[in-house]
Amino acid sequence: MSAGVGVNLENLWIRFGDFVAVRDANVNINGGDFFSFLGPSGCGKTTILRSVSGFLDPSEGRVLIGGNDMAGIGPNKRPTALIFQNLALFPLMKVWENITFSMEIAGASAKERRKRADELLDMIALPGQGDKLPSELSGGQKQRVAIARALCAEPDVLLLDEPLSALDLKLRQHMRTELREIQKRVGITFIYITHDQGEALTMSDNIAVMKAGIIDQIGDGKTIYNDPSTAFVASFVGENNVFRGTVKEIRGKEALIATNRSGDLVSRISTANQGKMKVGDEAMMFIRPEALSIAETGSAGDHFVTAKVNHEEFEGNTFNIFTEGDGGKEIKVSIPNLGQTFEDHTGQQITLEYETQNAVAVPAGELATE
Amino acid sequence: MNNLFLRVSIWVYLGIFFAYLLGPLVIMAITAFNSNGFPSVSPWECFTYAWFSELFQDERILNGIKNSVIVGIGTVIMSVTMGLSGALILTQVWPKLRATYYTIVIAPILVPGVVLGISTVVFWQRVNNWLGLGPDSILADGLFLTIIGQSTFIASYCMLVLVARLQRYDLTLNEAALDLGASHTQAFTKILLPFMMPAIATSAVLAFLASFENYNTTTFTFGDYPTLTIELAQKVRYGISPAISALAFIIIVGTVFGALTNEALKRRKELQAAASGDTVAKVDGGFRLPSFLSRNPAMIALIMLVAAVGLSVVNSMSHNPAQCIAQVQTERQEQRALEAEANLRALAERRAAAAAARAAEAAANGETVEEETTTAPASSGNSTGAFGNVFAPTNLDGAEDGEAEATEEAPASPFGSVFDPGNLETEGASDNN
Repeated sequence: MSAGVGVNLENLWIRFGDFVAVRDANVNINGGDFFSFLGPSGCGKTTILRSVSGFLDPSEGRVLIGGNDMAGIGPNKRPTALIFQNLALFPLMKVWENITFSMEIAGASAKERRKRADELLDMIALPGQGDKLPSELSGGQKQRVAIARALCAEPDVLLLDEPLSALDLKLRQHMRTELREIQKRVGITFIYITHDQGEALTMSDNIAVMKAGIIDQIGDGKTIYNDPSTAFVASFVGENNVFRGTVKEIRGKEALIATNRSGDLVSRISTANQGKMKVGDEAMMFIRPEALSIAETGSAGDHFVTAKVNHEEFEGNTFNIFTEGDGGKEIKVSIPNLGQTFEDHTGQQITLEYETQNAVAVPAGELATE
Repeated sequence: MNNLFLRVSIWVYLGIFFAYLLGPLVIMAITAFNSNGFPSVSPWECFTYAWFSELFQDERILNGIKNSVIVGIGTVIMSVTMGLSGALILTQVWPKLRATYYTIVIAPILVPGVVLGISTVVFWQRVNNWLGLGPDSILADGLFLTIIGQSTFIASYCMLVLVARLQRYDLTLNEAALDLGASHTQAFTKILLPFMMPAIATSAVLAFLASFENYNTTTFTFGDYPTLTIELAQKVRYGISPAISALAFIIIVGTVFGALTNEALKRRKELQAAASGDTVAKVDGGFRLPSFLSRNPAMIALIMLVAAVGLSVVNSMSHNPAQCIAQVQTERQEQRALEAEANLRALAERRAAAAAARAAEAAANGETVEEETTTAPASSGNSTGAFGNVFAPTNLDGAEDGEAEATEEAPASPFGSVFDPGNLETEGASDNN
């Protein structure tokens, strides 16, 4: 397995008139990594991808591929291949012609192309389908043909622009594993654009979470999920309960936060914000639904929350309790279904408990809107 | 009751509609087979193919067809190229400029062809002078001017057809090609051009037909190369011949046959597409129309028409119209002779009546009548008589022949020589000096 070619974005700014699509992005992508840009639509992640593939020139800053500055190099000269959101298969060409288009450009003979196409068709598990037209394939098959076409160009970096968004849920989940396997097999750098945090978490080595042109956090899936550095990352990646308040006391790596309605609560300070949060700062504290459990009524302390239950629901693997929240949104508690009996708490005051390490405090900021 | 009335009136309407649409063509086609010298249907004389052979012996018509084809091909190349580039620019240009650009490019369609023709001649003459070239340079050449003149507005038609297809083109396909290493030229030739091919073919046919039938622009630009329409117009001015009906018939049949073939091919392709998706169609024992016919009465009518043409061609191998024509001619001569005789008799009666009246008058006046009555018949036999020889039996034929000769020999028309092909050039030459 080759080491692969890395991609670096240095102080990258991309503007469209007055609109700043990407603001000072600094990203180092290691060779052979599966790297994802995760963010809501319109956050600038596709813009970054287009600047890497060469369809957009950066307004400021540099794009380096394998250490080489790509300024002035057109998309047809870059060692990248892009898989488009709509796949952009050539409708008038047969599947094998589509796959080996890059070889046709390079001047390969039809025989060589046919042979390579058959190899790639085997790899994407579509043997013998080379003579069909793209319009005769199903969504998932088209998807795989697009991947084969991009791989046929033997790029150092494969760029994927939400390629799974048009597929149905089952197929999407299947393609996730398949993409990851292909990436491991060919060993080249994948840069993946998605707004689906599930896709990003399951496939990626590293993830950059973006919001409105700004990269909030870069890290592996676990870090992004467990140790978010901003309120946006905490609320965008996975479900989270938010508690608003001000910092009352700093205890080393932990903080005591005076929340607006739930009293004083203790929380771990996220790694990126340690030493930066001060007493009196506005803060937000996040606790995952699965990290909360029901405690004995009347328990009190800095890791207990008392709230009134609004409603309850049974989801199968979990039993969800929704209580009135701290700052508008309801607090969700997920209790794993292990066969125990659940009593109905609707309308009652209950006490919830969490472990300090499962709560994370970050400076107050904008939340992701669902 | 109401329903029946509605259905009947729909059929009546359809009948009128098609008669209006196709009637002239049918009449014209029939006149091509009538031996009558003037294109007509009702005094049907003889079934003949003579007009076709006359058509193919007419040097000017053949030359006109040749020029029309050359101009047509030139116009197709020019217009499709310009139309495609115009369409591409329309999709690339800034949105704010798009409406303005569109208006400018479409304008030639709205400008009368006559204006385009005149302006083409004037403009290229100026360019020719400015470059210091003589009147026989390519810029003053009839073919060049006609192709350029026609292309100015036919290119706009082509652009409209091409834009419609181009709007359905997914621009990411271009990006995908570039991303896979293709240059901009390769992306154009390998991706965009194949996608545009159906529209290019359509616009080429459109351009050729528009060029072939163009008159108003060409009439100013043709120079030494009169196209078919020009030749026809010049011929028609001196009297119309069924040979032109024959030409029209050939064009109609050619067009119908082309349309038929195209339709059949299209249906077949559709069938193939359907068959590749579906299982093989069921095979019936009995007779079945091919499916491209089964729901298309127009197609059946067209095939019958083509079959009729084929039959008539076979008929022409055996049928000899010469005898019939000879018979008609003798009949006509007999009729003329009869008419002449009747005229003579009428004349003689009138003269006798006049003589009688004069005799009566003379008798009343007491003068001799003998002399007058003897001179009168002599003068009627004399060609310099009081009535001239207007009523001479041979006169009718002679006058007709003389007229026909005049039309053939003297190109002098009521318009003088304003439209003479050589005229323009001499004017141009005088401008040069």
